[in-house]
Amino acid sequence: MSHKEPQVVVLPPDKEKIKKLWRVALILLAVTVVEFIIAFTLPHGAMKTFLFVFLTIVKAGYIVGEFMHLRYEVKVLFWAVLIPMIFVVWMLVAFVYEGMMIIPQ
Amino acid sequence: MDHSTAAVSPGKSVWDGGTSPMGASYGKLMMWFFLMSDAFTFSGLLITYGLVRSSNPAYDGAVEAFQFATTHWPIPEKVFDAVPFLHGVELPLVFVGFMTFVLIMSSVTMVLAVEAGHRMDRVAVEKWMLWTLVGGLTFLSCQAWEWTHFIIGTDTPTMMNVFNSKTGVWDQVGVFGANLHVNQYGPPAFADFFFFITGFHGFHVFSGVLLNFLVFYNAVTGVYDRRGHYEMVEKVGLYWHFVDLVWVFVFTFFYLV
Repeated sequence: MSHKEPQVVVLPPDKEKIKKLWRVALILLAVTVVEFIIAFTLPHGAMKTFLFVFLTIVKAGYIVGEFMHLRYEVKVLFWAVLIPMIFVVWMLVAFVYEGMMIIPQ
Repeated sequence: MDHSTAAVSPGKSVWDGGTSPMGASYGKLMMWFFLMSDAFTFSGLLITYGLVRSSNPAYDGAVEAFQFATTHWPIPEKVFDAVPFLHGVELPLVFVGFMTFVLIMSSVTMVLAVEAGHRMDRVAVEKWMLWTLVGGLTFLSCQAWEWTHFIIGTDTPTMMNVFNSKTGVWDQVGVFGANLHVNQYGPPAFADFFFFITGFHGFHVFSGVLLNFLVFYNAVTGVYDRRGHYEMVEKVGLYWHFVDLVWVFVFTFFYLV
C-alpha cells in the first residue's frame, strides 16, 4: 500500500500581520523597560504599586487580546472569558484589604 | 485555516448542528475554558500571597539601609540581585529581567508559528516552534539557577531566632538560604510563596515545553499536512501565551512590588 503525500498549498506570508505582531512584541518589551525604570526611581508606596498593577494590566491586555487573539473572537467568547476575571480582581482587592487588618504576631 | 462555520442560514436553528457555538472550534473553546480554570488556580495562589504579604509589616526605611529580618517583608530588589558568573556583584532584578525578556520573545515566536500554520507553511512552523522551544528551555534553565541560588543563599548568614523542636527553646542561629521552614530573607511565608508560586509556574513552563515539542515533532513528521490544518499549533499556542501571561503577573507581584 503506497501512501500518497498530501497536496499542500503554502500561502505567502502576510507581511502586514507579521509586522503587527512584532509591534506588539516591542510594546510589551517597552512596558517592561518602563517598569524597570519605575522600580529604581520611585520610592516604595501606594503610587508605585498602582503604577505597576496598571502596567501589568496593559501587558496582560496585549498578550490576551493580540497574541491569544481574543480581541477578534466572537463577542460571547470575549465576555465569557473576561467577566469571570472581574470577580477575581474583586477577590484580590478584598483579600489584600483583609490582610491589612490582620495584626501580626 | 478558519474553522468557524459561516453564519447560520435563515430558517435553520443553531441547535440543528453543523455550526460552531461562539465561532470557535471545539478544541479551541475547551482550551479557553481550561485556561480559565488554570487562571483561577493561579489567582488563588497570588491572592493568598497578597493576603499574607499585606498582613506582614512592610519595610519603610531607606533602601540602602535594608537588612533581612523576620520582622518585615523583604524588598525584592535586595533578594533577587544575583547573576550567574558574576559572584558578589550586586545587580538587582537584572537576571529576572532577562528571564522576562526570554519568555516574552518565546511568546512572539509562538505567535509567528501560529501565523505560519494558518498558511500551511510547514518549514516556517518548524523554524518558529524550534525557537519557541529554545526560549522555553532557556527560561527553565534560568529558573533552575534562580532556585539554586535562592536555596543556597548569600555569603553571609542572617542571624535569626529559630525554634528548636527538640529542646523546646528559641536558638539564635545564622541562617543561609531558604527552605519551607526558615529562610534568611524574611518571614517563613516569603520563601514558601516563592517556592509554590514560581514552582507552579515553572511546572507549567515545563509542560508547555513538552507540548511544544509534541507539536514540533508532529509538524516535522507531516501529521498536520496530512490532517489538512495546523490548528494544534494554535491550541498549544494559547497555552504557551497563558504561561507568559501568568509570568507577567508573577513578575509584578513577586519581583517588582
